[in-house]
Amino acid sequence: MESHSHDFKRAAARAVVDEQLKGALAKAQDGFVGKRAQVVETLPEFEQLREQGKTIGDHVLANLDYYLERYEAAVVKHGGQVHWAETSEDAQNIVRDICKRVDAKRVIKGKSMISEEVALNEALESSGLDVVESDLGEYILQLAKEPPSHIIAPAIHKTKAQIAELFYNAHRKLGYDKKLDSVPDLVNEAREVLRSRYLEADVGITGANFLIAETGSNIIVTNEGNGDLSCTLPRVHIVTASIDKVVPTLDDASALLRLLARSATGQEFTSYTTLSTGPRRAADPDGPEEYHVVLVDNGRTEMLAGEFREMLRCIRCGACMNHCPVYGAIGGHSYGWVYPGPMGSVLTPHFLGLKEAGDLANACTLNGRCASVCPMKIPLPDLLREHRRHQFEAKLAPRMASFALAYWGFLAKRPKLYQPLTALGMRVMGMLGRRKGRFRSLPMVGSWTDTRDLPAPQGKTFYKVWRKQRTLPVETKMGNKVDQGKGSELRVFAFLTIVLAPILAVVLVGGYGLLVWMFQLIAGPPTQ
Amino acid sequence: MSTARERILVRVRDAVAGGRKDGSRAELEQRMEQAPPLIRPKLHGDLIARFREKLMQGSGTFEQCDTPDEVPAVVFAYLQTNGVAAKIRVAPALQDAAWGEELEVSYGNTRGDHPVSVTPAFCAVAETGSVVLLSSDKSPTSLNFLPDVHIVIVDKDQVVSHIEDVWVKLRALGEIPRTVNFITGPSKTADVEQTLQIGAHGPRDLHVILIAS
Ligand code: SF4
Repeated sequence: MESHSHDFKRAAARAVVDEQLKGALAKAQDGFVGKRAQVVETLPEFEQLREQGKTIGDHVLANLDYYLERYEAAVVKHGGQVHWAETSEDAQNIVRDICKRVDAKRVIKGKSMISEEVALNEALESSGLDVVESDLGEYILQLAKEPPSHIIAPAIHKTKAQIAELFYNAHRKLGYDKKLDSVPDLVNEAREVLRSRYLEADVGITGANFLIAETGSNIIVTNEGNGDLSCTLPRVHIVTASIDKVVPTLDDASALLRLLARSATGQEFTSYTTLSTGPRRAADPDGPEEYHVVLVDNGRTEMLAGEFREMLRCIRCGACMNHCPVYGAIGGHSYGWVYPGPMGSVLTPHFLGLKEAGDLANACTLNGRCASVCPMKIPLPDLLREHRRHQFEAKLAPRMASFALAYWGFLAKRPKLYQPLTALGMRVMGMLGRRKGRFRSLPMVGSWTDTRDLPAPQGKTFYKVWRKQRTLPVETKMGNKVDQGKGSELRVFAFLTIVLAPILAVVLVGGYGLLVWMFQLIAGPPTQ
Repeated sequence: MSTARERILVRVRDAVAGGRKDGSRAELEQRMEQAPPLIRPKLHGDLIARFREKLMQGSGTFEQCDTPDEVPAVVFAYLQTNGVAAKIRVAPALQDAAWGEELEVSYGNTRGDHPVSVTPAFCAVAETGSVVLLSSDKSPTSLNFLPDVHIVIVDKDQVVSHIEDVWVKLRALGEIPRTVNFITGPSKTADVEQTLQIGAHGPRDLHVILIAS
């Protein structure tokens, strides 16, 4: 898929004012978050399972060469074939060649994120194949010619009316000439239209939630049964999967299955969990005659070697985006490529480079919700921070931001200067904003205050509160200590005011700048 | 010239070489033979009650009868109640059942022209409320997905507690079949405005009949 990630800021700015999108995202996030919380509540072992998931993931990654070879051998043993693709183009060519060899005309697809990543549909269509997505959400987007905006609910941003319009335009020529307005009718029409597509297809392409080294099976998890039909009816089944999908045994797979649906949709188990192993057996009346697996690297070995290895534990559940306030405000399309939300903000800059997609890593408040729900315990905020560090080092960050960071860094390393300066800045701003309790506009940060007010600081600085709390257990000294702190702070304040009067102006501006900067650290960067 | 396979594996090996702390090849082989003990959620109470509860949570329906002989009548009554024609496509594994006069019966797989299928199960999982079906000439996979109504017959003894118990039974077969389906309810989708709709591409009804004897 072509990337638009470089346009992230503008796309996000457009998205935040899109009322319809806002409504759709709020509804979806509420639903997902609530259902997940409920289902997690009823499973006391959930936290242990997350820890275990991480352990399994790390073990596989640390021994990936072994498990890939074991997996390959098991596929071959059951009559399947394994193909290795280093890049997107390799993957496209492999699938295209198989289709050509078996003289395929029609392809039916189950949902597969890796096939989006390697732009498989475009490649197959350009060589004359008729490709149909069978997951309802993906089908809707195929008609709309749009990429998915969520990894498990791809058409989350589409309204019923928009879907009805798409169906009307696409299905009219098939004899469906009524514009529909109910969900059951829409689902039914898609069911009828797609039914013949399954039966006519020569090749079925699915993804894989897991690849099992023990048996050479791939597992797919669906609610619609679409992937299951796609791998049962056509005469050839091709699985596209990235190399990090392999797990050692069936037991490991079930350990991760317990996490997947709960984290994704808040279900305990989806309607269908299907293991496919090789082509149909001699006596089987249905099932494919050929079974192929395309193992895709496309940048993952590089990830394995570097600081982003932990990201390869991802099981693509979507919980991180369901719980992300930034995703909730801007939707999936703003991210400009295949993977949105926190996991996308880690993956996309890695795959496409910081120049193209570095902004994704900056659009994060580091609130940590994603990491706290990730079933594989991926430290997403830490990984995003890694991207920021690289950006800073490579001088890719905007000049003002780099300058502000350097300035802040200088002060932060000098607590004697930092503490009175923040205290002073807060007092001054607190005084200035006392009447309204907030600032409607401020010099130099217009782009920030254009869209929201800055609350006037109240009370003590964070440092003081923290110091107070830290000394709390020392009961007898507590009162003294706090008073002492107050006294010394007053002395510093007096000193600064009287002795440094001539440069007070400079300090004021500095303190103000620092405060604004710190506030942005907490509240996120200004939008454009 | 090296192949893509070799190049990928070399890169993987290089990437993991330094940090391989999970021991030797022998230990890995050992782990393949016997996975380390994994956490299984504690199940409370009766297995069959649990299976029923979880199945119904996933929008499946459940019915119990005492002996295998009752199955044809139960199937017929179920279809009658739901206003479905008494015409069933039956998995060849159930060929020996006395289906009787009321039901119109044929055996084999389907290409979509059979509204009702009746299939056996390999086992059922109390933990998840799933029935597990294996592909074979006796139980074609197409019967699990193309009909509108899918009826699954399970014996009480086939109900196991956890997913891992299915693996044990599967390994005991010696050879894994082409397709293993865990089915935990009818086909459904929430892709239109997050509204749950039953009957996306597969069966609109999943009905499990458990033989209690
Ligand atoms: S990063 Fe974690 S939460 Fe996000 S999709 Fe991957 S596994 Fe799920």
